[in-house]
Amino acid sequence: MANLEKKIEGKVEETEDRLEAQGSHHIVPYKSLILVLLSLIVLTILSVAVTSVELGPLTVTIALLLASSKALIVLIYFMHLKFDNIMYTLLLIFTLFAIISIIIITFLDYLFR
Amino acid sequence: MEHSTVISHVHRDDEADKLGMWLFIFSELLLFGVLFLTYSVYRYLNPVAFGLAAEELDVVIGTINTVILLLSSLTIAMSITAVQTGRTQHAIIFLGATLFLSLVFMVNKYFEWSGKISHGLYPGSEHLQGLGQGDTLFFGLYYMLTGVHALHMIIGMAIIGFVIYEVKRGKINKGDYAYLENTGLYWHLVDLIWIFLFPLFYLVT
Repeated sequence: MANLEKKIEGKVEETEDRLEAQGSHHIVPYKSLILVLLSLIVLTILSVAVTSVELGPLTVTIALLLASSKALIVLIYFMHLKFDNIMYTLLLIFTLFAIISIIIITFLDYLFR
Repeated sequence: MEHSTVISHVHRDDEADKLGMWLFIFSELLLFGVLFLTYSVYRYLNPVAFGLAAEELDVVIGTINTVILLLSSLTIAMSITAVQTGRTQHAIIFLGATLFLSLVFMVNKYFEWSGKISHGLYPGSEHLQGLGQGDTLFFGLYYMLTGVHALHMIIGMAIIGFVIYEVKRGKINKGDYAYLENTGLYWHLVDLIWIFLFPLFYLVT
């Protein structure tokens, strides 16, 4: 009996520990969030300015590069990838790899018909 | 067994909740990924028509909407910080701001769409058919992609409204805010998609 009680107590403590761990996430202060937003707005203005200049085929590349860097900032800071389990980042890389593969394979078809 | 110790087990696993949300986000990325692929292929096949059709879209409205959406992403991220530090009143204000900003975005979108439609630029219109295949494809994709994006925003707004109610009620609090966090993830996804929609439809002419 004493053994069982000990076991139960251990379980209760374990649950409490886990709940506490759930509550202790990384807190991003207001100030850093505002800085993240400012960098996103600067990149937006930059992409509007760059694409208004006539650069030919380079325009698409530059616009997409700027958009990708904005997306990266959102993912890392707003979506907490920097502070969360590395598993989410790895899963995201895997998903992006799948999407990029689909795009490349499709274009292999269209480019070399 | 007269032993009657009761363990009140809490059915809660924030990490699993978050993982589920991310899996959903991945499926959304695949959905929008293939829509962007469709856009890329048709752009490759009709480069001139796509360039000219994109000039029909108003860069100023597009830029304003981009900034509005980025701002709404900031306010929802700040609401998480507010809840984490126990500032419930801040959280409600930030969530309300997110809701307000997304409403402004939708109003802009409404005027943009109705402007295009009144100019005869909508799928199946005679005017568009007269312009040729490239323009038809561009505007078809424009309505499809911005439409699906707007649908996501409407769903997100409904969820944020519910979150505000839950924060007010104290159901979402300092110790339990996984629901709010996952709503934030969803809202950032909506932002993420717009980050790519904006240059592809408005900027690259």
